[in-house]
Amino acid sequence: MRYESPTTTREAAALLAKAKGKAFVLAGGTDLLVRMKSGLIDPELIVDIKRIPATQSITKTAAGFRIGASVPGTQVGASAALKKAWPGVVEATNLIGSDQVQGRCTMVGNLCNASPAADSVPALVAAGAKVAIVGPQGRRTLAVEKVVVGPGKTSLTKGEIVESITLPKRPPKSGDAYLRLIPRTEMDIAVVSAGVSLTLGPKGVIKAARVALGAVAPTVVLVPDAAKAIIGSKLGPEALAELTAACEAACNPIDDKRGTVEYRTEVAGVLARRAAKIAYERAGGK
Amino acid sequence: MSGVHVSTTVNGDATEYVCHPGETLLDVLRNRLGLTGAKEGCGTGDCGACSVTVDGSLVCSCLVLGAEMEGREVNTVEGLADGGTLHPLQDKFIEHAALQCGICTPGFLVAAKALLDRNPDPTEQEIRYALAGNLCRCTGYDKIVHAVDAAAKEVRKQQKAAKKASGKKRR
Ligand SMILES: Cc1cc2nc3c(=O)[nH]c(=O)nc-3n(C[C@H](O)[C@H](O)[C@H](O)COP(=O)(O)OP(=O)(O)OC[C@H]3O[C@@H](n4cnc5c(N)ncnc54)[C@H](O)[C@@H]3O)c2cc1C
Ligand code: FES
Ligand code: FES
Repeated sequence: MRYESPTTTREAAALLAKAKGKAFVLAGGTDLLVRMKSGLIDPELIVDIKRIPATQSITKTAAGFRIGASVPGTQVGASAALKKAWPGVVEATNLIGSDQVQGRCTMVGNLCNASPAADSVPALVAAGAKVAIVGPQGRRTLAVEKVVVGPGKTSLTKGEIVESITLPKRPPKSGDAYLRLIPRTEMDIAVVSAGVSLTLGPKGVIKAARVALGAVAPTVVLVPDAAKAIIGSKLGPEALAELTAACEAACNPIDDKRGTVEYRTEVAGVLARRAAKIAYERAGGK
Repeated sequence: MSGVHVSTTVNGDATEYVCHPGETLLDVLRNRLGLTGAKEGCGTGDCGACSVTVDGSLVCSCLVLGAEMEGREVNTVEGLADGGTLHPLQDKFIEHAALQCGICTPGFLVAAKALLDRNPDPTEQEIRYALAGNLCRCTGYDKIVHAVDAAAKEVRKQQKAAKKASGKKRR
C-alpha cells in the first residue's frame, strides 16, 4: 500500500486516476480505516486530502456556504454562522459518533461512504446541497441526492473527488431540522431518520419545502410528495396527515432486529412530522 | 512495502519515526515510540481506549494513520502529568476509585482533559455526553463521572489561584 498527501485536488485526482489497484480517498478515516482493518478492502493507494487547502475551510460565498471536504464535525459545530443558517444540517453532522469521531469525521465522507443511515445526508438532501467534484476530466457539480446510487455505491467515476459541499443561500424565514431514532442516546446507527427544510411566505404559509428520509430505502430518499403535502399550508393537521402518508409511501426499508418494516415505516412518518414542526418554528412560523 | 518517514511532535518533544503506510497512530505510539498508555480495546473507534489528541482535537488513534502525523502535535496520556505532579484528573480518578482493571483509564483521562480544556465547568450531562465515546467494562461509569466533576472543580480552583498570582505580580 502507498500513502500520498497531495496539496491540490487536481494532483489528488491524478494520483487516483493513475492507480493500478484499488485507490481510496482518505478524509477522516472513520469509515475507511474500519473497513481496511476488517479486511473488507485492501487498498493499493490511499490519498489523504486533508493537506489540500481547498478542502479545509467553511466559507460564506455568494452562492451560500461552502464546506470543504476535509472539515471535521467539530469544525462544523464551531461555526456560529453556519449553525444559524442551517441548524438542522449542523445538528445532523454533530450526531455522528462520539467526540473522538467528531474530531475526524467529515460530511463528504459520510456521504461518499454511501450508507442509507448516514446522519448528515438526509439533512443535506433536504437542504438542497450540491457537491463540487474534481476529476481527471475537470470539474462538475452534482446534487447531493445524485451522489449515492446504492448501499456503498456512489456515482463518482475513477479519479473523481468531492472537493466541497455547498449549502444554498438562505432566504429569510427559512428553517431546517433533522431527527433520528436510535434505541439509545449516543453512539448508534439510525433506525430511521428524517430531514426537513422549508421557507415561509406571507402569513406563515409554507412556500417551499424539501423532505428527505434516511434508513428506509437502499439510499437516502428525497420525497417530493411529502414536500407537496405541506407547501401552501401552515402545517395544520390535514397537511401533517398528508405529509405522514407521503413519507410512509416512500419507505422501502429492510426488516431486521433493529426495526421491522412496519415499525420503520410508521416511525418515518412520525419523525418527518416532528422535524417539519421544528423547521417551521425555526423559520418563525407559529 | 516502502516506509513513510514522519517528523512530528509527541507530548511536546520533536519525534521522528518510519512506519508502514497502513500502520495506525496507535501502533506507532505503542510499538515504535514505547508509549503504551493508549490501549487497543476494539480497533474500530467504538471504545475510546486509544484516545489521544492531534493538534488539540480528540481522536481515536486506532482510526488515524501514523503516516498522517507529519508536522502535527500529538498528545497522549503520558504527557498529562507535569513531571512528578499528577494532573487533577489523575488525582481524582485515584481518590474516587474511578478505575478497576485500568484498560479504559488512559482514554477516559485524555477525553476528560479535552472536555475540561474546552469547558472547565461542565454539567453532569455534559460530562456523560463528552465521555460517550469511552467504554468501561468495570466501574459502571458513576465513579468516573464523579472524578471528572471533582477534577473540574480542582482545575477551576487552580486557574483562579494562577490568575490571582499573576495579577499580584503585575501590580
Ligand atoms: C465509532 C463510530 C461511530 C459512528 N457513528 C456514526 C453515526 O452516528 N452516524 C453516521 O452517519 N456515521 C457514523 N459513523 C460512520 C462515520 O464516522 C461517518 O460516516 C463519517 O462521516 C465518515 O467521514 P470520514 O471523513 O471519516 O470518511 P472516510 O472514512 O475518510 O471516508 C469514507 C468513504 O468516503 C470516501 N471519501 C471520503 N472523502 C471523499 C471525497 N472528498 N471524495 C470522494 N470520496 C471520498 C472514502 O474513500 C471512503 O470510501 C461512525 C463511525 C465510527 C467509527
Ligand atoms: S481501540 Fe480505538 S476506539 Fe477502541
Ligand atoms: S476499569 Fe476496566 S474497563 Fe474501565
